[in-house]
Amino acid sequence: MSVDLATVKRVARLARIAVTPEDAERMTGELNTILGFVEQLSEVDVTGVEPMTSVIPMEMKKRRDAVTDGDKAADIVANAPATEENFFLVPKVVE
Amino acid sequence: MTDLTKLTIAEARTKLKAREFSAVELTDAYLGAIDAANGRINAYVAVTHDRARDMAKASDARLAKGQGGALEGIPLGIKDLFGTEGVHTQAASHILDGFKPRYESTVTANLWADGAVMLGKLNMDEFAMGSSNETSYYGPVINPWRAKGSNKDLVPGGSSGGSAAAVAAWLCAGATATDTGGSIRQPAALTGTVGIKPTYGRVSRWGIVAFASSLDQAGPLARDVRDAAILLKSMASVDTKDTTSVDRPVPDYEAALGRSLKGVKIGIPREYRMDGMPDEIEALWKKGIEWLRDAGAEIVDISLPHTKYALPAYYIVAPAEASSNLARYDGVRYGLRVPGKDIIDMYEQTRAAGFGREVKRRIMIGTYVLSAGYYDAYYVRAQQVRTLIKRDFETVYRDGIDAILTPATPSAAFGLADEEMNADPVKMYLNDIFTVTVNMAGLPGIAVPAGLDAKGLPLGLQLIGKPFDEEMLFRTAHVIEQAAGRFEPARWW
Repeated sequence: MSVDLATVKRVARLARIAVTPEDAERMTGELNTILGFVEQLSEVDVTGVEPMTSVIPMEMKKRRDAVTDGDKAADIVANAPATEENFFLVPKVVE
Repeated sequence: MTDLTKLTIAEARTKLKAREFSAVELTDAYLGAIDAANGRINAYVAVTHDRARDMAKASDARLAKGQGGALEGIPLGIKDLFGTEGVHTQAASHILDGFKPRYESTVTANLWADGAVMLGKLNMDEFAMGSSNETSYYGPVINPWRAKGSNKDLVPGGSSGGSAAAVAAWLCAGATATDTGGSIRQPAALTGTVGIKPTYGRVSRWGIVAFASSLDQAGPLARDVRDAAILLKSMASVDTKDTTSVDRPVPDYEAALGRSLKGVKIGIPREYRMDGMPDEIEALWKKGIEWLRDAGAEIVDISLPHTKYALPAYYIVAPAEASSNLARYDGVRYGLRVPGKDIIDMYEQTRAAGFGREVKRRIMIGTYVLSAGYYDAYYVRAQQVRTLIKRDFETVYRDGIDAILTPATPSAAFGLADEEMNADPVKMYLNDIFTVTVNMAGLPGIAVPAGLDAKGLPLGLQLIGKPFDEEMLFRTAHVIEQAAGRFEPARWW
């Protein structure tokens, strides 16, 4: 499988990365090189093979359903580029 | 006074306890070495002079009272991927500009609890994506090793290139590192240092910037096998904050050193004999086999039939997980924000400016293989292949193999801005061909220096172990180290 310029632009949109026409052109070549490399997986017989979900067999850890952490609003917004009264500020999303 | 930075952790530990010098003196020796060398080596992206001296003073106070932890007063470098409270933590990326976490990663908290001193944060490939440390926003790290008679700069490997270079150039006594596809073991091999990637789940991932969560594992880089054992003992723990942390006590790894290899079975996988492999790597591997045999081990030829599919499967699984983990960098909660005409444009402009080329490439691959219509063909198939890779290892271990010996890398350190690797990303990815299988199967692997090539550059061997049998890796790597000796670069910086 290989990707064309339109697909690269669509994927960039899904990934929320702005690309210039030159970027998209270059990425198309690079992505096709990588997709060409992974193509060899199609020769492996995977009939009846379970996809890996965990490398180390383990039971999901559970903890008591109780509040153990929190009350850290100031810590959480401390690194944000724009905040006001412990809220994150973003460009207007609702008219 | 002798150069304190040349001491191993084991030596410094004894001398600190005997009060031959103070922790402050040791820390100052390292800070002086960093200030003199970092302009050339570029191993550190932030040096924490004041904090280091404060921590060393506290260590001296404890040592004076006859107290102190396993790493009391030992100065360490920390990869920029580990969250360190109030200190530069940016995964060597522009998108995390100015980020100083309000928390401490479990690994670093464990080290400080054992008395270690933080010298600063170490350079790395951006978000740990790279094999040459050239994708860092802070510029490439320079390998302290140079070819005989040459003054050409070489790469230290990656992604833990700053960690490896700092250890090799005596700019820290030991360093933390992380390994998703070979990022501890490949730079160890390229700098003549020892690096171990423990079993998945042995070391907590809590507070470490995530790349590919099912593959990431932290481990130490050190000057020798004993130091690596000492560091891993402190880094490893059982952590309720990481649900993949495995509930097993941490053994005393140092105690495994020096045990006989009588009765130990070492597997030699035929699939690691690659076409076009340099003769020197082949010869080194043979030497390693002889050393282990001389020490009493039984050598057994084995087969791991799905080896060649590990790297292609990795380049689906790792980017897929990365595209999802890196979705959080949106210009809202931390780091860089580039304004846009609306919120989507702000996201897109921020991510375009904040991520480097390699990171964008991997996010794009990951987004593509997870997108509607391609998920089964790429992602599910890669995870099925991963099951087969793990089964290969399970089969040989069930047949009685205790550890597997392979080369660590397909070549010695290469030059900066390698034209072939720049033109073809897959050429760079091939650096991890011998190491990536280990991450795909969640196993422990250690890289140990084993010799120099004709140009005088270090080469390493890799030992792969059974899940949670890091002790066998320290034991066998120690035998190789005893036979091969240790290797140091000639100081030019």
